[in-house]
Amino acid sequence: MGDCKETLRELEAFLDGELSEQARHTIQSHLGGCIDCLEAFDFHAELKIVIAAKCKSDEMPAGLLSRIEQCLGEDFDGDGRIG
Amino acid sequence: MADRAAFAADAMQYAPQLYSAALRMTRNAADAEDLVQETYLRGYRGFESFEAGTNLRAWLFRILTNTFINRYRAKQRRPQETDFGELEDLYLFKRVGGIDPASRSAEDQLMDIFSDDEVKSALESLPENFRLPVLLADVQEFSYKEIAEILEIPIGTVMSRLHRGRKAMQKALVDYGEARGLLRRPEGTAADDGSEVPAHG
Repeated sequence: MGDCKETLRELEAFLDGELSEQARHTIQSHLGGCIDCLEAFDFHAELKIVIAAKCKSDEMPAGLLSRIEQCLGEDFDGDGRIG
Repeated sequence: MADRAAFAADAMQYAPQLYSAALRMTRNAADAEDLVQETYLRGYRGFESFEAGTNLRAWLFRILTNTFINRYRAKQRRPQETDFGELEDLYLFKRVGGIDPASRSAEDQLMDIFSDDEVKSALESLPENFRLPVLLADVQEFSYKEIAEILEIPIGTVMSRLHRGRKAMQKALVDYGEARGLLRRPEGTAADDGSEVPAHG
């Protein structure tokens, strides 16, 4: 079922969903019997959630959407310049 | 052949994500707004080259990233090829793990310990060649393959930059936590449970 060092080496690829079915299974069976690795994986899974949540909390400036639409509407001749 | 008239209808839904990513890239609201506008204009002009049925979101992020690199990197002297030296693995985990053992999840703890601004700053503090992969993977949740295409670098490079960028970001978070007295420094923690907390620096 793989040792801790091998398991931790795959931590990122596992959490990023980039492992094959078989490799995932190997990791999962190790985590089922190793509380230390399970804690580390759990921590980093949750860290990812926190980073995503906190780095997305930006308000778009009022009017940006309509400025974009206006700017696309004015680029009729497609020369990349507005008007 | 994509229909240009359909561009606005399909693409505008991604504006909030593109704006947020642009902010992390430029670190400045006015530049971020310009960057997003230019991305839409370029996307609109080049929409014929978009293959219908492929990933429009990834296509827009590729334009955003290219525009950022071409336009804003010119302002900096050189893209930094920073080496973070030997930061240890599991850097933040070894410092935060077990802060409040039993009841609360790591997610709740981390949500409370770090403010939005601190997490944003930690990401924005990374040199661009590490910041972009971390932003695309952890915030925008693109796959390695998509990131490789967006940044036009090999997948192996994506993985190594992600690995080092994430460690450096964790180091920045630990620094914020220590500065606010929310994380214990290693000296004070080593004896408690007998486990060795590796020194850093």
